[in-house]
Amino acid sequence: MTTPKTIVEKIWDKNVVYEEEGRPAILYIDLHLVHEVTSPQAFEGLRLKGRKVRQPNRTFATMDHNVPTVHTNVIKDEISKLQMDTLRKNCEEFGVPLAGMGHEHQGIVHVIGPELGLTQPGKTIVCGDSHTSTHGAFGALAFGIGTSEVEHVLATQTVWQQKPKTLKVEINGTLGTGVTAKDLVLALIAKYGVNFGTGYVLEYTGEAVRSLSMEGRMTICNMSIEAGARAGLVAPDETTVNFLKDRLYAPKGVDFEKAKDMWLSLRSDEGANYDKVVTLNASEVEPQVTWGTNPAQCISVNGTIPNPERAKTENDKNEIKHALSYMGLDPDIKIIDVPIQHVFIGSCTNSRIEDLEQAASVIHGRKVSKDVTAIVVPGSQTVKRIAEEKGLDKLFIDAGFQWREPGCSMCLAMNGDAVPPHERCASTSNRNFEGRQGTDARTHLVSPEMAAAAAIAGHFVDVRSF
Amino acid sequence: MEPLKKHTGLVYPLNRSHVDTDQIIPKQFLKRISRQGFGQYLFYNWRFDEKDHPREDFSLNDPKYKGTSILVGGENFGCGSSREHAPWALEDYGFRIIIAPSFADIFYNNCTKNGILPVVLTEEEVQTLMTHAEKGDYHITVDLEKKQVFDHTGFTATFDLAEYPRQMLLNGWDDISVTMTHEDKITTFEKNHIVY
Ligand code: SF4
Repeated sequence: MTTPKTIVEKIWDKNVVYEEEGRPAILYIDLHLVHEVTSPQAFEGLRLKGRKVRQPNRTFATMDHNVPTVHTNVIKDEISKLQMDTLRKNCEEFGVPLAGMGHEHQGIVHVIGPELGLTQPGKTIVCGDSHTSTHGAFGALAFGIGTSEVEHVLATQTVWQQKPKTLKVEINGTLGTGVTAKDLVLALIAKYGVNFGTGYVLEYTGEAVRSLSMEGRMTICNMSIEAGARAGLVAPDETTVNFLKDRLYAPKGVDFEKAKDMWLSLRSDEGANYDKVVTLNASEVEPQVTWGTNPAQCISVNGTIPNPERAKTENDKNEIKHALSYMGLDPDIKIIDVPIQHVFIGSCTNSRIEDLEQAASVIHGRKVSKDVTAIVVPGSQTVKRIAEEKGLDKLFIDAGFQWREPGCSMCLAMNGDAVPPHERCASTSNRNFEGRQGTDARTHLVSPEMAAAAAIAGHFVDVRSF
Repeated sequence: MEPLKKHTGLVYPLNRSHVDTDQIIPKQFLKRISRQGFGQYLFYNWRFDEKDHPREDFSLNDPKYKGTSILVGGENFGCGSSREHAPWALEDYGFRIIIAPSFADIFYNNCTKNGILPVVLTEEEVQTLMTHAEKGDYHITVDLEKKQVFDHTGFTATFDLAEYPRQMLLNGWDDISVTMTHEDKITTFEKNHIVY
């Protein structure tokens, strides 16, 4: 009998080109996604050495971090413009397909890969971006790399990698109404901390994960990096196959049937060995809101802000104090009593069509609070188009939300969309770090429904009774 | 990368511990699109004041260190963010060797990938070099084949470096050229590899 293997080991074995005892292996990369911020020096490196892109057809580029979400024909920031122009030139010179500004497929790199069918089960996928873990939702081994590695992949279609350790995240039970994948992953990180995944690839399993849509699985895998893991994945099943059917770059006809058999055979064997296992009961998860400056500083919407005086260790106490002072919050108050000034619905965590539908579903003809500026930024041109076909843009605009052009936008505030100093934002993104959404901006991570409800109420509310 | 077998150069002493990558290259310069030209921003906030005038009290601005290629620094050199811009800036400024009692992990690796030799010596050895260098006009030689550092006054010290990065530096290889020695394997792999 052969030794049972995890899905991670299966993908690894399939893609190792060369391995020597005690050294990293050369791992073949099936899909390399590229964006404007982490690629310019890599292309320049190729040019200086007279090298080519080895497999332009396994490479795909887009623009997302710097793109403006209003008046897309004017880019005020000269440097942002330069990065985008450079990517366009590089893609032309090296023959790399590009969905740049104005292209019907442009969007956040981690949104367009799946929706174009480029992301597929069993593939190894890299991108110069830590949230590449998102693509793991399809049962791909997907992780972020640095600029030197971007150059290395462009030139050789491989990376040097140490075989990863595996961590099984078993999520059983059923999510309650109004509780989403975002709440699930926030609750997981709150329970086990921001580095329980360091050094591992997470495999999400259990009935709660199985019953999630592809969008929900992407949300969870996206935030694996917030648990310290470079990659997180979900074994492919019928949900995965159905999502990929008829996508632009997915195989068609007979090839699709063949691919489907291969995809569905990719799962961890009974009795496969994991280096670590953690569990979570989905039935117990409530809508979550972060109160601090890392994603583990998170409570249920009916909870109260922690009091540093009750912290278990001196270190915890200082951390809580520091976070509360940055966030401008008092201990022991209810999170639902905290007023907000901004709402951001978007980012590679929550800007897909299902996320926007869920956000729109809480509106019920109500209006955004007069004290709140709320923006909705679709993850891609495709998401925007479908949302408009469904009339979601009208629902949002009538309620007083701003309907923007696709991009990373206020997730990292590199394109000019920023939260002003000391103002508070309910955000569907993935990082509540200090300064992330703007200098001294205060970020609270929530699900799309919770964000939309907060926009209307002007403060956090329990979406289940809203 | 330029091969680095044996290098003799003027020593610049930076007597500080925990020099982090944000000090080596402040974040306002990361939006650039080129890998070259970062040297002018090296230690920017130390070298220049708010009006972008050189600060006279920062030693690297002292003419006696003009043309330096060997930096001697304090413990935990290169801590902080993993930005590769830090070694790019040091290399572009002209540094080929950094000597310190200890280095931050990622920075250490990033140096060897970018043609800079990081040398770990003991606290005392570093202090000796520092004292000499502070007087100026102090040259030393670093021999990577023998893994030795020496000067004309009789100072010698040995250091260690893993074989893989040592070979890369000695031969002026970069990661890509090393991988390309396995190109036949990649080509064979590609022929048999099925992706839909
Ligand atoms: S949306 Fe945010 S997290 Fe995602 S790729 Fe863009 S900047 Fe990164």
